[in-house]
Amino acid sequence: MTYLVPLPVVLPLLGAALTLMLARRPRAQRAISVAVLAVTFAVALALLVAAHRHGPQVVAVGGWPAPLGIVLVADQLAALMLVVSTAVTLCVLLYSIGEGRADGDEGTPIAIYHPSYLILTAGVTNAFLSGDLFNLYVGFEILLAASFVLLTLGGTEVRIRAGTTYVVVSLLSSVIFLVAIGLVYAATGTLNLAQLAGRLDALPDDLRLVLQLMLLLAFGIKAAVFPLSAWLPDSYPTAPAPVTAVFAGLLTKVGVYAIIRTETLLFPGGRVADGLMVVALLTMVVGILGAVAQSDIKRMLSFTLISHIGYLIFGVALTTVAGLASAIYYVVHHITIQTTLFLATGLVERRGGSTNLERLGGLARIAPVLAVLFFLPALNLAGIPPFSGFLGKLGLLQAGVAVGGWLAWAVVAGGTLTSLLTLYAVMRVWNLAFWRKPPPDFPDAPPAPTDPGAAPADPALAPGAVAGPSSAPVDPAPPRSAPGPAAVPARSTAAVAAAAPSPRSAPADEPSRRSAPGVPPADAASTERSAGPVAAEPTPPLMVGATLALVVLGLALTLVAGPLFDVSTGAAHDLTDRVPYIDAILSPEGVR
Amino acid sequence: MSPNLVLVVVIGVLSAAGVTLLLERSLTRVVLGVILLGNAANLLILVAGRAGGAPIVGVTPEGEMSDPLPQAMVLTAIVITLGMTAFLLAMAYRSWLLLGHDEVQDDLEDRRIVERALADEAQNAADRGDDAGDGDPDDAVASAAAFGTVGRNA
Repeated sequence: MTYLVPLPVVLPLLGAALTLMLARRPRAQRAISVAVLAVTFAVALALLVAAHRHGPQVVAVGGWPAPLGIVLVADQLAALMLVVSTAVTLCVLLYSIGEGRADGDEGTPIAIYHPSYLILTAGVTNAFLSGDLFNLYVGFEILLAASFVLLTLGGTEVRIRAGTTYVVVSLLSSVIFLVAIGLVYAATGTLNLAQLAGRLDALPDDLRLVLQLMLLLAFGIKAAVFPLSAWLPDSYPTAPAPVTAVFAGLLTKVGVYAIIRTETLLFPGGRVADGLMVVALLTMVVGILGAVAQSDIKRMLSFTLISHIGYLIFGVALTTVAGLASAIYYVVHHITIQTTLFLATGLVERRGGSTNLERLGGLARIAPVLAVLFFLPALNLAGIPPFSGFLGKLGLLQAGVAVGGWLAWAVVAGGTLTSLLTLYAVMRVWNLAFWRKPPPDFPDAPPAPTDPGAAPADPALAPGAVAGPSSAPVDPAPPRSAPGPAAVPARSTAAVAAAAPSPRSAPADEPSRRSAPGVPPADAASTERSAGPVAAEPTPPLMVGATLALVVLGLALTLVAGPLFDVSTGAAHDLTDRVPYIDAILSPEGVR
Repeated sequence: MSPNLVLVVVIGVLSAAGVTLLLERSLTRVVLGVILLGNAANLLILVAGRAGGAPIVGVTPEGEMSDPLPQAMVLTAIVITLGMTAFLLAMAYRSWLLLGHDEVQDDLEDRRIVERALADEAQNAADRGDDAGDGDPDDAVASAAAFGTVGRNA
């Protein structure tokens, strides 16, 4: 099975090369990207099964034996992260294809999008699979370089500003990581994780602490742990919805993964556990207080993202098998849910022309399917009982209680408070954007609130359209002021073959690109919103379908919670044990 | 093995200068800061290895070989820093094209909050000058008005 190990890195890189060569053929690009990610997902699944049954799968790259060459290792933790990340990237890719098809390819250099996206995937998988500290650094740099391109896609003023913060902070964390690598090498003479585990144990305690803190600092910036998290809400919300979604789901979690790996394998014993507990508590509480104060859905979600990183750090700080297992389960849950929420917010922006809560309203009646797509993951994030968020939080809190001590109890209390405040934050969004009456100038708002029958059903968001695209209901919308042909090709995208771009005059400005024609750009022209009803164009079924798939995946995490907790507990056992990982890399019979 | 003092001093100076430049607002200076910091890190990795002759079997006796691994890593790091610098420069140029300067602006939300705070403060000062007695209801109305204007201006 070991021949599968390099594939999650190699396939996306090859795909990126191919899509770059086919820059002039968007349909071929889409087909290649989807195929590559689907195959990568299948490979990741096979790797997870193999790692669960037979232990870590190891490949020495280039045939150089372990301590000399670079190794790629798929143990249970890495394989599980691979499965979740590729599943999420595949769904987000489908979503963005749906969006690109509906909007046409003008305005954004779509030819760059697919290669960058695949390179981002390759960087993420390389970071997960890396068995070598320097290779981990290279993985980080690959994903960072791709993320720079994706974040500044189109190069508008807002994005350049947001991108600057992100790029400079990322480069700083990379330099800190590089310096830490230099120090580790100077102290031990190796960068192989398995060999480091043994050699670091022999170092003097104070030197070990310096190395540990340097690495934690570098990963803490990437993971957006509290004092180092201010860059995230400034940079994420400006990007296109699918890009924000995949960043929110994956990039911070790669940092968390690196923290889990180094804290358990290289620096066991929990010397900084108390410090991590304090940081976890602050991350949770400060993050969620930021979320409560926001009036923009995307910014609110960015703050909940930071806040819930605190739970993961808490699980690492506990240093028990139960704590780590729950943290791993929670990572899986959080990747899925956070991505879903950002995708749903992208649909809200499409439908309502804005993500600002002051300008949204009544979406629950206008777009019921969209409401469900937002409501389920929102409850899931807040940790309402049947959902996976509840199971993950419960596991973490139980593990915290089992450890005991005033600090652990304080974090348990903080975690409960954070969960309640998360519920408050998402319900505030629900009440303002979905539940209250729509503002008078809202796109496709019912002409008179007393006449619910006149509420136009959106073709793509009506329940029938999701069940079967062919059964799209006849559109009864009377106030639709969009040019007639706009509705027709957009609806016919339900047929897979139809690739006709909707006839839109390409506005160069980003916000107006995704809002309906006639709706002014969300941020630029909030003073002068055109009064009177304006039409919203139907949401492409592919976008709804991709979001729906992620919602279902999030719900499925509850159904498969038992087996998933088995895997994560197994992974946590391996992590605290350290022996299976080290043996698999260093002993020759470990290479199966 | 003791590291070369000259190299250590150079690393210190480079990182100090790099961090100073990184704190500037102008993107061009930030780029220079990143370059200096990157070179400091590269030198540090180089110091981490052992100095000596070329690490080729048959050319240098085994005991006198230098450590080739840090040099390989530094090469990789140099390439990566080069790519990142190119991207930063492109961003600085784009910012200059769009805005006429390459200074990093404050976050939009931060600016909004500062404006709001300033408006509140001015209003409070005016209130105190007019009449110290009726603070609360007036204040609430005033700050609501300030909130509205700032929100619309943004």
